[in-house]
Amino acid sequence: MTISAVEEKVVYQRPESLSDVPTHYCPGCTHGIAHRLVAEVLDELGVRERTIGIAPVGCSVFAYKYFNVDSAVAAHGRAPAMATGIKRVLPDRVVFTYQGDGDLAAIGLAEIVHAATRGENITTIFINNAIYGMTGGQMAPTTLPGQHTTSSPGGRDIEITGFPVRMAELLAGLTGTAYVARRSLHNVKEINRAKKAIRTAFETQLAGLGFAMVELLSSCPTNWHLSPPEALQWIEDYMVPYYPLGDYKVIEPVQDLMKR
Amino acid sequence: MAVELMKGNVALAEAAICAGVQAYFGYPITPQTELLEHMAKRMPELGRAFVQAESEVAAINMVYGAACAGVRAMTSSSSPGISLMQEGFSYIAASEVPCVVVDVMRGGPGLGNIQPSQSDYFQLTRSAGHGDYHAIALAPASVQEAIDLMGLAFDLADKYRHLVFVVADGLIGQMMEPAELPPMQPITRRHDDWALTGADGRAPHVITSLQLNAPDLEALNQRLQAKLRIIHDTEQRSTEMLTDDAQLVVVGFGTAGRIAQTAVQQARREGMKVGLFRPITLWPFPEKRLSALADQVSAFLVVEMNTGQMIEDVRLAAGGQVPVTFYGRTGGVVPVPEEIYDAIRDLYRKLQSRPARE
Amino acid sequence: MAKGRIEINEANCKGCTLCMIACPQHVIQMATDRVNVKGYYPAMLVDPEGKCTGCAICAVACPDVCITVYRQVSVRQSQTAAASAG
Repeated sequence: MTISAVEEKVVYQRPESLSDVPTHYCPGCTHGIAHRLVAEVLDELGVRERTIGIAPVGCSVFAYKYFNVDSAVAAHGRAPAMATGIKRVLPDRVVFTYQGDGDLAAIGLAEIVHAATRGENITTIFINNAIYGMTGGQMAPTTLPGQHTTSSPGGRDIEITGFPVRMAELLAGLTGTAYVARRSLHNVKEINRAKKAIRTAFETQLAGLGFAMVELLSSCPTNWHLSPPEALQWIEDYMVPYYPLGDYKVIEPVQDLMKR
Repeated sequence: MAVELMKGNVALAEAAICAGVQAYFGYPITPQTELLEHMAKRMPELGRAFVQAESEVAAINMVYGAACAGVRAMTSSSSPGISLMQEGFSYIAASEVPCVVVDVMRGGPGLGNIQPSQSDYFQLTRSAGHGDYHAIALAPASVQEAIDLMGLAFDLADKYRHLVFVVADGLIGQMMEPAELPPMQPITRRHDDWALTGADGRAPHVITSLQLNAPDLEALNQRLQAKLRIIHDTEQRSTEMLTDDAQLVVVGFGTAGRIAQTAVQQARREGMKVGLFRPITLWPFPEKRLSALADQVSAFLVVEMNTGQMIEDVRLAAGGQVPVTFYGRTGGVVPVPEEIYDAIRDLYRKLQSRPARE
Repeated sequence: MAKGRIEINEANCKGCTLCMIACPQHVIQMATDRVNVKGYYPAMLVDPEGKCTGCAICAVACPDVCITVYRQVSVRQSQTAAASAG
């Protein structure tokens, strides 16, 4: 005969890979969510103790305070090169870069393209919030046409600045990339989908399949001059149409990983 | 190992391999490309890391990464590529991560040309990246010395957790001389106390050069300066010839020093009391020995393949005691011994016609 | 009683309101009578009717990992095991 008892269990708490340190990010900034998802994945894969993370220059320059792993801070844009150096000498470690849109899509464009096309076995988390946050809200390569920033005060003028760059599509076109996906953090459903993509990106590295990147549409309430909920809505209304969510490159072995 | 005929660039590469270099990242640029090419062949043979990076900017950051992992890592380049790497040098020096960089200097400024020069002296000893620090700089004058200094470079880099340059020029890089390699050192794991290898059973290590709190950054700078003072006091190196009774000492480093040596020997045959002083460490500059020589000589003649860079360090070391004059060629022009001899002779005659020192 | 409950780390909360908006049961509100040490109005559980299900959607939405979620979970035990444990 069985008895049913009722116990109170913890169903959600801070992942071990995320240090118990209050973050400096603005209220509502989705960096916090992206960090947490990466940390949850590192915990679930059991790789925290052999992970090395590389922080960018940007709001997340302090990522090393928050990820409970060995960390380095790279020069602006150079994280994929540093990651290459580390992964090539310590191939059995899990090496990831965490980069914003200035770091990855402007100054670091050569480094990310070449790390991807070399098929470096690293994982990149790309935070796309269509603006330069840390330096106070200038135009980024990902800033949308007409978007007001401090260096495009009248709204981004395509005649002068050209068009935003879609990184997931760009990197997906390179033969060395194994997995490239774009997800968003603007509501809980998308956050859950984003976590799955992040997990696939790290599993791609663990299986030695090549370069993996997840682009995460993220908010910057402070520099967008929106409240946190409004900022998430702005992602849905304006960013998702320009940067469609989806899987842009999934080589066959990664498809098999995703099925498991 | 046996003495064999070796090209300078190849000797530098192979010497690094003997010293246990585990990672090489570089980019082609004349006149050092053979070093990259030799590494491209040998490193994979030995199961070590090699990547031809997309640029010198990427290369130095790959070196930074590998060095953070606690392994011996290096790159090589030439003047314009060294300029590109300067940001990386500054980060490496600030975060006290050991690494070795070879600069095979060429004519500049700008794209310049591919012939030998020494016009990166200031860049390497003064401004290898922004901020308050100096890298150690070693200047060989022959293929054998390049091999020897390569091993010393890695040892100093690890000993002090610092950036070390091996400063050659296109002539040393390209020439072939008989030389002997040292025995092959085994690869060893190093720096477990700070390297990024995975926080397995320990607290995470963090390597960063960011220090937003100004007093903390000042303290970091003071620590770096304390380290540099130790290096300055204990690691000066030079060599000299015929200085015991010299009234005029010619000062030159690298290839310029070597060519000047021929001129000095010619001057001696003509009866002039001339000697040669050749710095081996450009930083720390061998000022102790040079200022001792200043007590004895009547003048220094500095010979360089630039428009006058090391001469400033010679002047500082001489302390205003004696005149310091200059002879140089630049733009990739390599002086011949005869023209240096002419400069020595003209200066020596001027010194003879002066009243004697008290 | 409520199937679930949450504990909010008030000191770390930045008052961004994303948890309040995400909560399907509408049992999270922002405090109006106090600020935390950083000067933010923290979020708090207000669940007089015991509607929280411990779904953890608030914790997923929170950028500052402020929320720990508890849930009443049925645990099946065999009687013999219970007897020997007793």
